[in-house]
Amino acid sequence: MTPIDYQALEFAYQKHPDQSCPTPASHRVVVVGAGPVGLTTALDLAQRGVRVVVLDDDYRLSTGSRAICFAKRTLEVWDRLGVGQRMVDKGVSWNVGKVFFRDQEVWRFDLLPEPGHRRPAFINLQQYYVEGFLHEAACAHPLIDLRWKSKVAGVAQRPDGVDLTVETPDGAYGLRAEWLVACDGARSPIRKLLGQESHGRVFKDRFLIADVRMSANFPAERWFWFDPPFHPNQSVLLHMQPDNVWRIDFQLGWNADPIEAVKPANVLPRIRALLGADAQFELEWVSVYTFACERMDGFRHGRIVFAGDAAHRVSPFGARGANSGVQDAENLAWKLQAVLDGAAPDTLIDSYAAEREQAADENLLNSTRSTDFITPKSAVSRSFRNAVLNLARDHPFARGLVNSGRLSLPTTYADSPLNTPDADAFAGRLAPGAAALDAPVRDAAGRDAWWLSYLDGRFVLALFCGGRAPDGATLAALRQLARGATPLRVVLVGDGSAPLDASPDIDVVHDHQGSLARRYDAPPGTCYLLRPDQHVAARRRAFDAATMAGALARALGRA
Amino acid sequence: MPLTIDPNLPAPDAFYEALIDAHRDLTDAQSAELNAALILLLANHIGDMDVIGDALARARRSVLPGGDAA
Repeated sequence: MTPIDYQALEFAYQKHPDQSCPTPASHRVVVVGAGPVGLTTALDLAQRGVRVVVLDDDYRLSTGSRAICFAKRTLEVWDRLGVGQRMVDKGVSWNVGKVFFRDQEVWRFDLLPEPGHRRPAFINLQQYYVEGFLHEAACAHPLIDLRWKSKVAGVAQRPDGVDLTVETPDGAYGLRAEWLVACDGARSPIRKLLGQESHGRVFKDRFLIADVRMSANFPAERWFWFDPPFHPNQSVLLHMQPDNVWRIDFQLGWNADPIEAVKPANVLPRIRALLGADAQFELEWVSVYTFACERMDGFRHGRIVFAGDAAHRVSPFGARGANSGVQDAENLAWKLQAVLDGAAPDTLIDSYAAEREQAADENLLNSTRSTDFITPKSAVSRSFRNAVLNLARDHPFARGLVNSGRLSLPTTYADSPLNTPDADAFAGRLAPGAAALDAPVRDAAGRDAWWLSYLDGRFVLALFCGGRAPDGATLAALRQLARGATPLRVVLVGDGSAPLDASPDIDVVHDHQGSLARRYDAPPGTCYLLRPDQHVAARRRAFDAATMAGALARALGRA
Repeated sequence: MPLTIDPNLPAPDAFYEALIDAHRDLTDAQSAELNAALILLLANHIGDMDVIGDALARARRSVLPGGDAA
């Protein structure tokens, strides 16, 4: 089978019956933007049974590699949506990073992944593959209605929804949506239609970004140069991608002419200087970008919710753009479902804004710090940066200060109103608001499985049982919770020493290595309530039905 | 432990001489990087963000017009 060239795909515009309606057709959710964030939002909603219309003003997927680093948490979200394995199969992983200063290697690090997680810290994968795989999954889903060449030209808020005007090659038509999710990118036309702006810092710098196809013998490592002889006073990043495509980012400085910089006559010498005069390569894509670290003041405006770059923009260092956008999507999808189903008040969407604004601030902080290290803005800043790099060769403490991008990790929503605060002492990283950690487990039949696969988009109540099944009263109380109005999965976690009986409303998993109990600091009796987006809502040392029912109500914004 | 602002160097003149000597024959750019390296080494040695923060604030006040290091 010939591999699909996702960059070359063009999607035909098709006239939709909605365009001939005398009055605007009504939809539950309209997502604007068929990028990684919009498609993830649509898939998550569709898998929850919510019908979604996706509008995109273009008719193609991403051109060029663009976002290339997809973090573990993002892969876990896509696992839940059934597309994670495809991404991982196609992507490439790396563990070794090297940092060069001028003509010397000053530091190399090995990420040495902790065993017992299904997914690596991240993979490199061109954005067009990510969008291609998400698009194929979206097309295969009967509840997703994807409309290309459909540009939102007008929005009007109503108390219970949004009126949209959509422009197409056949003219404009009206649509109504109970909720509009704007995933329409950094220049977000929806944001502009609302008269909203992002605020923050724009960095006066330009980067040349090139995808180069070559069969050279570069190892699968991340190489970062500060002030290299082949590109003095600037930084350069080399990253491996699938299909023998390498991604090279050259810092150009603010005075570079973006039109001139992308001309092959100017690009090729730079690449030859890096790869060597004899290197055989083919230039696939080249572009110049500038970046900003900024966000909207609020991510929710009535029935319009912003996600991804439309809501927040970060510098590319640390891979926090697309990754944080996918986490916006997972945070929003279950909440929209709960509100649409009447299981939660409309104010639950405010918690999306609060939690993801906090996440954006964390990402902005990290990405601004990386940017200030990589592109010093003053002579003294450059002196400190160079001093760090000089010291890093022989002084371990200085290596911790080298900042060529901090790995994107999920935000812990520590102050979220959806959390039920701890009443007992716990060790470890799984405080209320934290994203669940994975661990190898065995299913009820003794087959190897991953813990996160049990967190399937419903609320999950996990009760650690050790080697003994809970008593009848506890089982009855668990069953009652499982049969409540809110979809909730009860999972008994055994230690593998004795069988536990699964029953119609109660699943069983065996933590045969004890990894799960260790990561969750969960001796027998401990119970966790996990949200549909796999974040911790509550935990206790002993199961109490009223406490967990209260925590569930609180996590749905009903308390 | 708070930042020490009372005399703490057993031989202040020798310290000062060593500091100036360290910069001998360096370009301004190299001197700037040396100073930065020195600050980084000492800050890591101190390792107490309260002490470092106090030192940063005093150092900044000392160069601003009307600055008061007290």
